[in-house]
Amino acid sequence: MTENAESIKGTVKEYVLSEFLPGEDPDALEDDTPLITGGIMDSIATVKFSLFVEEKYGVELQAHELSADYIDTLSAMGTLIESKLGE
Amino acid sequence: MGAQLLHELLEDSVGRHADRVAVVEPDVAEISYTELNRLANTICETLRANGVGGGDRVGIHISKSIASLASIFGILKCGAAYVPVDSTAPAARNGFIFTDCAVRFVISRNPEGTGLDVSGAISHPFGDDDKFLSDLMLVPGASEKSAENVADASDLAYILYTSGSTGKPKGVMLTHGNGLAFVDWCSDTFAPNEEDRFSSHAPFHFDLSILDIYLSIKHGARLVLIGEDAGRQPKTLASLIADERISIWYSTPSILRLLLEIKDIDAYDHSCLRIVFFAGEVFPIKHLRALTELWPHPRYFNLYGPTETNVCTYYEVPMPLPAKRDEPVPIGIVCSGDTAVVMDEQDQEVSQGAEGELYITGPSVTSGYWNLPERNAVAFHTDAAGTKWYKTGDIVRQEDDGDYIYISRRDRMIKRRGYRVELGEIESALYRHDSITEAAALAIPDEDGGLIVKAFINWTGEERASIIKLKRFCMENLPAYMIPDRFSVQPALPKTSTDKIDYQRLKEMD
Repeated sequence: MTENAESIKGTVKEYVLSEFLPGEDPDALEDDTPLITGGIMDSIATVKFSLFVEEKYGVELQAHELSADYIDTLSAMGTLIESKLGE
Repeated sequence: MGAQLLHELLEDSVGRHADRVAVVEPDVAEISYTELNRLANTICETLRANGVGGGDRVGIHISKSIASLASIFGILKCGAAYVPVDSTAPAARNGFIFTDCAVRFVISRNPEGTGLDVSGAISHPFGDDDKFLSDLMLVPGASEKSAENVADASDLAYILYTSGSTGKPKGVMLTHGNGLAFVDWCSDTFAPNEEDRFSSHAPFHFDLSILDIYLSIKHGARLVLIGEDAGRQPKTLASLIADERISIWYSTPSILRLLLEIKDIDAYDHSCLRIVFFAGEVFPIKHLRALTELWPHPRYFNLYGPTETNVCTYYEVPMPLPAKRDEPVPIGIVCSGDTAVVMDEQDQEVSQGAEGELYITGPSVTSGYWNLPERNAVAFHTDAAGTKWYKTGDIVRQEDDGDYIYISRRDRMIKRRGYRVELGEIESALYRHDSITEAAALAIPDEDGGLIVKAFINWTGEERASIIKLKRFCMENLPAYMIPDRFSVQPALPKTSTDKIDYQRLKEMD
C-alpha cells in the first residue's frame, strides 16, 4: 500500500470513529474490521461517508460503490479512494 | 356478602383472625389484626375529630411502616380517600400533589417534606404514648370542610399520582369498587390463605401495593413490610424472604433481577415461596429464565395493567420455561370482569392477530384523573354503545390462543429510515447478549431533524465493552435500521422510585 493510501486510511478511520463509533477505543477499529456487514454503517451512513469523501478528496463515489463489495473495511475504503484520485 | 369497602376487609379479618399477625415491620415489630384495627380506629377518630369525613382526601407522607399502613385504613374508615406519596421525593413535588388534590390533612413525620405550609401543623394528634403513632403530625391542607356522607363503593378510596408526560404528576382516582374488583379477582384466581406471608415490596404510592395490602389483609395472611433501603439490597432481600418465610412475592422484574446477582444465593432457604408475581415492566427472558432455574418450585405470574386499570391481564409462566423461548413472556389473558379490545388509531377494532392499542373497560378501571378534564377527554374512548374504555397507550397483539403479547408503549414506537422501530425490541435484542444485564434504548433527535437511537447498557463482561462488537452483535439480532447509533455504557441504569428503568433521567444524561 502506498503512503498516500495509508494517509487516506488514517483520515477515513478518524471519520468513521467520530461519526459512527463515538466512544470506541481507536485501536479496536482495525483495517479489516467489517463496517457494513458488521452493523457499524448502514445505508444512510454510507451516503454520509460518500459526502465526506467528496468534500475531502473531491471524488465522487457511485451508488453501486456504496456497498459492502467496495467499502466494507478501512482498507477497502482507502484503496477505492486512492484509485479514484489516480483516475 | 363480601366487603363493599376496602377497609371492611380489615374489619372482617379482625372477626376471623383477631390474634393472628397482620403485619410485620422487620426488626421493629409485628402486630395482630386486632392491634392494626385499633391503630386504624385511633387515626380515624382523630381525623374525624378534626373534621375529616366522606369526600375528603388525606395525604400520607410517611415511609413504609406499621404507621403508614394503619394510616391507610384509618383514612378509609373515616370515609376519605388516601393520597400516598414518596416521602423521600422533593418537597415541591409532594406539595404539588397535595395541593392539586386539595387534601384536608397530610399525616407526616417530617412536615417540611410535605411542601405545604407547616405553621398550622398539629403535633402528636394521635396521642403521645402510642408506640407507633406518637411521633406523627397532621399538616393541614387547603381544602374546605367536607360533606359528612358515609363512603360507598363508588366513592374514592385512593389517588395514586403517576408521572405525567407534561412533567407534572397526574392523580389516578380509584374507588373502593375499583380496588375490590381487583382484589376479589385475585382471591378467585390465586386462592391465598391465612398461612400465606405476603411481601410488601412496592411503596404504597405504587399500584403494586394494592395487591399486597388488601389481598393479604382480606385473607388473614401476614404482610411483611419491606422498606425502601432494604428493598434494593439483594442480600437483605434474600435474607428477608428466608427469615420471614415469604410465600407470595410481588415486585418489578428489576428487583427480582437483583437477587440473581448474589453469588451464594443457594445458601438461603427460599423453599417457602409458592407464588412469584411480577409487573410494571418487561421481564427480560434471560433473567426470568435464570430466576426460574434458581427457584424452580413457585408458580410465576406476569401481571399487566397500568395504574388506571389495576391488573387487567395475567399470564402464568409455564414451568419449566421452554428452552426455545427467546422473547419476553406474554401479558396473557384478560382478567375476568374486565374486557379488552385491540384498536387502531381510528378507534376501530383490528383484525385478530393484528397490532393495535389495548383498550380496557370493567369494574377495576379508573373513572379518570383528578382535576384533568382535558387529559380525561383523550385518555378514554366511549363507544357507540356508551361503554367507556381506558386507552392504555400500550401496543399489543392477540395470539390465536387468546394471550396478549406486549409490543411497545405507543410513545416508544418511532419511525426511522422510513421503518417503524419499537425501542423495546432493540432492548430485547440487547438482553440476549451474555454480558448485558440492563438495556434501555432511546430515540434522540439529531441535527438533521431525524432520530438517532442511543442504547444505554449495563455491561458485566470482563473486557471493556467494544462498540464495534456490540454493533456486530446487533447486526446478528436486528435489522440494520434498528441497530443503535450510539452506545453508552453505565455502571447501572437509573431507576424510578417504583423501581423501573428511569427513561426521563436517561434522556437527561444525554
